[in-house]
Amino acid sequence: MADFIDAFRTALGLIVTLNPDLVEILVLSIQVSVTAVAIASVLGFAIGGALAVYRFPGRGAVAAVLSALMGLPPVVAGLMVYLLLSNVGPLGVLQLLYTPTAMIIAQVVLVTPIIGALTRQACQDLLEEYDEQLRSLGASSSAIVVTLLWDGRYRLITAVLAGFGRAIAEVGAVMIVGGNIDHVTRTMTTAIALETSKGNIALALALGIVLLAIAFAVNAGLIGVQRLANRLAYA
Amino acid sequence: MIASPHRRHVVFLIGAVLFGAITTAGFAADDDFIILQSTTSTQNSGLFDHILPKFTERTGIEVRVVAVGTGQALKNARNGDGDVVLVHSKPDEEKFVAEGWGVKRHDVMYNDFVIVGPASDPAGISGLKDADQALEKIAQAKAPFASRGDNSGTHKAELSLWAKTGVDPGESSGDWYLETGSGMGATLNTAVGKHAYTLTDRGTWLSFANKDDFEVLVERDPKLFNQYGVILVNPEKHPRVKAEKGQAFVDWLTSSEGQKAIASYKIDGQQLFFPNARPGT
Amino acid sequence: MLDPTSPLQGVGDRLASPPLPVELKGIVYQTGGKRVIDGIDATIETRRITAIMGPNGAGKSILLRLMHGLITATEGEILWAGRPTDRLLARHQAMVFQRPVLLRRSVAANVSHALGLRGIERDQRAIRVDEALKLAGLERHASTPARVLSGGEQQRLCLARALSLEPDVLFLDEPTSSLDPASTLAIERLLLDAQRRGIKVILVTHDIGQARRLAHDVMFMHHGRVIEHQDAESFFDDPRSEGARAFLSGGLVL
Repeated sequence: MADFIDAFRTALGLIVTLNPDLVEILVLSIQVSVTAVAIASVLGFAIGGALAVYRFPGRGAVAAVLSALMGLPPVVAGLMVYLLLSNVGPLGVLQLLYTPTAMIIAQVVLVTPIIGALTRQACQDLLEEYDEQLRSLGASSSAIVVTLLWDGRYRLITAVLAGFGRAIAEVGAVMIVGGNIDHVTRTMTTAIALETSKGNIALALALGIVLLAIAFAVNAGLIGVQRLANRLAYA
Repeated sequence: MIASPHRRHVVFLIGAVLFGAITTAGFAADDDFIILQSTTSTQNSGLFDHILPKFTERTGIEVRVVAVGTGQALKNARNGDGDVVLVHSKPDEEKFVAEGWGVKRHDVMYNDFVIVGPASDPAGISGLKDADQALEKIAQAKAPFASRGDNSGTHKAELSLWAKTGVDPGESSGDWYLETGSGMGATLNTAVGKHAYTLTDRGTWLSFANKDDFEVLVERDPKLFNQYGVILVNPEKHPRVKAEKGQAFVDWLTSSEGQKAIASYKIDGQQLFFPNARPGT
Repeated sequence: MLDPTSPLQGVGDRLASPPLPVELKGIVYQTGGKRVIDGIDATIETRRITAIMGPNGAGKSILLRLMHGLITATEGEILWAGRPTDRLLARHQAMVFQRPVLLRRSVAANVSHALGLRGIERDQRAIRVDEALKLAGLERHASTPARVLSGGEQQRLCLARALSLEPDVLFLDEPTSSLDPASTLAIERLLLDAQRRGIKVILVTHDIGQARRLAHDVMFMHHGRVIEHQDAESFFDDPRSEGARAFLSGGLVL
């Protein structure tokens, strides 16, 4: 127990003094996850909106697959992207393995289904209310998608925050495609895994605390968005 | 068309994506690096943090280390996902070269393994000069033993010791023989947590921060010496391998400068790795 | 009937040109194994307001949606001045639903959005939004979230939005059934004004008083059929069918 408290104290020291290693890892993690979530949002909004509005054969199956992919284990996503980017894989020529770009790609694969499925659900709910009126106003299917996405923006923000929460906290995908290379592809989660395996509890704990702080912040953001939406009667 | 309030948001979104792409693209633009596939035990010992900056200073080439188990390191290299491979499993390394995946194998250095365990030493192996004898006593006592179980060099060294005892620990897997399938650090965590014996390289042990009451119980048996080899991945099989830069690293590692760097690495005044590259090989 | 010439805030002198007559030929609409519309042959010629009336379940709302093109008839065709309903025609129509449907944005933005769908340019849009809000008496609420307005205000907004599109034909599906009398009055004044500007108004209503006040032409429906179609005065004074008589005297029409 004494060791634990000691480690905790050391951890806080690292945070308060803005230990450069810690900061470097933090910045990389945020860069990777924010970029991935931004890309996944664009894709997810489009896919989710289109699925809700457009009719086509197999639509139900696609929606079901999208929902199922929300539960894609990060290691599996990492493995899939690794097989693509490896030198013996189809995209090996791009030489993206062990780079932050590869980590972004893996997280896009992980997060897009989450945002897509949640977007689809939000748009579907809105469509029930708006379908007739929008068609009466002469909206094309694509115009309807845009209208629904904007109208459902608070729910979409929630979806994006959920996606970000997933991305910043996962270790499986970024470990496999990034290689946890020091100063290049080491993120908070892979660093925690490494430092723990080295018995460096203090640094691992410091990173863990920061990660938790981010998770709390994301959650607070979520609640804040929902409250705001309710207050403005935009819910 | 997208109305004006929406436009602001779309612009912001695009801006965010571009920002992310630009700042992370910086990593891809710089080409002066090689990828070294090596093992977690070597990484965790801290050797790389000590010697690689010296190489980079000399040549301007950055060395990016992907640390996985020996088996995975060689597999990655086989796929061309690395320029140089540095592991400690001679038979596998020679096979690697024989099958054409590597150009040539060079001896680099050796370190040694030790058997660590709880101070209480239930199997009574402390001070034994014979590593396989120690393992036999552990099996007889059915004392818990944590194995890497991950096809790594350390794991293979452990298995070759068991082979000399005539005991097949695999039969007791899950019983007193615990196969963690993990790297050295994780396995040590498990060993300490379960008061189990384990075979570890000295380097990882010295820099491991979670020792609890564990001690080195068996050491210095020549069978515990662990030879490292470095190999350039064959550019004929994988044209995208950075052959020139990779060879520069291999040359430096086996040169007197590289060998001195290896020897100068110490933890608590103890030297961990003993350079033994032979000139001309 | 309300005086159709009472002065209102005018919205310009644009006169609509609805493609009349509307011909319903052999219309059948089947859904879930039921013939909800069971063969309708009728023609609407007058430019004055037409009210579609009848008991619940008669198929009035369905008929309205068929005419607006929101659903397609199983059999039969609907012709507007000889042309069948198509998307181009539908662009000159608008509809107000029983419950106001407004987006989660401001009052002004709701109208602007509808105009945007029609491809109206930004500057023109601003002008028309202004006019629409004045017409509905909602200028003060331009930036208010639309869904925060009262039921009556919301429905006025929906109507103003529809009118801002400058339709030739305006469909309304029981627009005031859940509104208070003051709001109802406001809506009715807007409808009369619309009629004055040449817009063909087709209104489904339950409210006999409302029909008397607004309609010049009444279609009475029962069991998916039009069983009476005549000018309002004759209909209210001397209904010809059993069902209509029962309906007008307030009884249940089975």
